[in-house]
Amino acid sequence: MSAYDKVLLARAKGRPTGLSYIQNIFEDFMELHGDRRYADDPAIVGGIAALDGMPVTVIAMEKGDDMRDKVRRNFGAPNPEGYRKALRLMKQAEKFQRPVVCFVDTSGAFCGMGAEERGQGQAIAENLMEMANLKTPIVSVLVGEGGSGGALALAVADQVWILENAVYSVISPEGCASILWKDAKKVKDAAECLRITAQDMEELGVVERVIPEDKESEETYGKLKAALLEVLPELKKLSPEELLQKRYERFRKF
Amino acid sequence: MVNLKGWFRSPQNELEKGGVMSEDSGIRNACPHCGVLLPLSEQQENMNVCTACGYHFRVSPRERIDYLADEDSFQELYGDLKSRDVLGFPGYDQKLRNAKLASREREAVVCGTAKIEGELCALFFMDPNFMMGSMGTVVGEKITSLFEYATEHALPVVGYTVSGGARMQEGILSLMQMAKTSAAVKRHSEAGNFYLTVLTDPTTGGVTASFAMEGDIILAEPGATVGFAGARVIEQTIRKKLPQGFQKAEFLLDHGFVDAIVPRPEQKETVAKLLRLHRNEGKSFLTENF
Repeated sequence: MSAYDKVLLARAKGRPTGLSYIQNIFEDFMELHGDRRYADDPAIVGGIAALDGMPVTVIAMEKGDDMRDKVRRNFGAPNPEGYRKALRLMKQAEKFQRPVVCFVDTSGAFCGMGAEERGQGQAIAENLMEMANLKTPIVSVLVGEGGSGGALALAVADQVWILENAVYSVISPEGCASILWKDAKKVKDAAECLRITAQDMEELGVVERVIPEDKESEETYGKLKAALLEVLPELKKLSPEELLQKRYERFRKF
Repeated sequence: MVNLKGWFRSPQNELEKGGVMSEDSGIRNACPHCGVLLPLSEQQENMNVCTACGYHFRVSPRERIDYLADEDSFQELYGDLKSRDVLGFPGYDQKLRNAKLASREREAVVCGTAKIEGELCALFFMDPNFMMGSMGTVVGEKITSLFEYATEHALPVVGYTVSGGARMQEGILSLMQMAKTSAAVKRHSEAGNFYLTVLTDPTTGGVTASFAMEGDIILAEPGATVGFAGARVIEQTIRKKLPQGFQKAEFLLDHGFVDAIVPRPEQKETVAKLLRLHRNEGKSFLTENF
C-alpha cells in the first residue's frame, strides 16, 4: 500500500471519528463545553469520563458524521477556542490529578480570518508550552489525520500512539506538492517523501506504539482500551518530576 | 579574445578602483513599499529602513547583531551545526547548498550571547536568506540549546523571528521541533527568566505557533506580516480576498497579540530598557518560593 493510499484511508468516509473512540472506550462520559474566553468549538470535544472506573479527562478532535454535523464541526479543523478549551480541560485534569487522553484527527488547524484574528498561532504555541509542563500523565492517539501544528497541539504527551492506517505530517501532501513542485499531481510523490505513515512514525521514533486496526472497529477500541489500562497506571506511579523529565527527554531527542 | 591591455590601464572610475560604494556610487534600491529610489548608502545608514516611508527591509542576522549588540560583545554559540538531508528528500541537498551561498550562514538561525547597553543576554536571530528562516532539526536544536544554556546561566533570551514555518523537507522531524523548543522555553520561563521576542517580516506557520508567540513580552517591527496560515492558503480556504493590512503587525496589535510595535532604530534602546527592568540577579522568585 502506497503512502498516499494510507492518506486516503485516514480520510475515508465511515472511518470512526473522535467521539466514537470516547463513547466506545470510556464510561460515564460527560462533555464539557467552552473555553471561558470566547466560544465553544465543536471541532474539539472534551470532558470527563471513567476508564474502568478510573477518572480521566478525554479530549478528541471530531470531524462530524452527517453533512450537517460536519459543517457544524468545521470538518474537524479547530479554531483557537478549541485549543483553549482543550488546555482549560487539561489544567483541570492536572488539578484533580486525572490522566489526560487525547484523540487526534484533523487535516489541520483552521485557516480562516477569524482564526487568525483570535490568534491561532498563539493558541497552539500556548498548548505546546503548557502540555510540556502539565503535571499529570498524557497519552495522545493519532486516529486519522495528524495535520501539522494543529494536531501537535494535542500531542505533546508522555506517550504518542498511532493507529495502523493513520498519518502524521508537517504539511498535507497536497500542500507540499503545490509549494515545492507547483504541481498538485505530484501529491503521491509528496506523500512518499514526507514519510507520514504509521510505520514511518515508528521508525523515526515519533510514536511509542502502532495500534493494529481490525475490520471491526470494536476490536480496535478494545485494543486501545487495553493499552490505556496498561500504560496509564504505570505513568501515574511516576512522581511529577520524573514524569516531566521523561516527557522533556522524549521531545528533546528529535 | 581577452583584452590584455585592459588589465594594465589605470582605473577609470570608483568601481574599478576597488568597488568602494561612496554616496555618489549611484547604486540605488527601489523601496518595495513607496517606490522611492534610495541611495544604498543612505538605506544602510538608516538601518535598512526607507527614509521616505519607514518601510523595513529584511536584514540578515549579522546586520541585526550590528544594530543591537554592544561592539564586539557578540559571541556565537553552536555555529558549527548544519543540517543533513535525514529523510533523503529530493532536492533538499541542493536547496541547503544554495541557502548557504545566499546567506553565507550554515543554518537559518544565528545564536549567541551579547551585551546590549551593558546588559548580558542570550540571543537568536533567524535568517530570511536561508530558506526563508524555515525550521528544521538544526534550527530547533540551536534554539533549544540556547534556552537550556540561558536557563543554566539565568540569562534572559532575546529572539528575532523570521520564518516561513516548519521545513517540510525534514517532514515530521521538523514538526517535532515545535514541541522541543516550546518545552525548553517553558523550562526557562519556570525558572523565572525573561524571554523577549521581536517578530519581523515574515513570521508564520510553525514558528508563530511555537517560540515566536511564547515570549513574556512580544514586540514587532512595523509592517511585519505575522500569522499562522499564509495569506494564499486563507484566501483559498474562504474563497475571498483578504482585507488590506490583514496579518500585519498593526493588525496583531489591534487584536491583542503583540505588546508594542517598535521601529528598528529604536529597538536597541527598547530592548536594553526591558532587559534592565527584568534583571533577576541570578535569583528566581518562582524557584525560591516553591
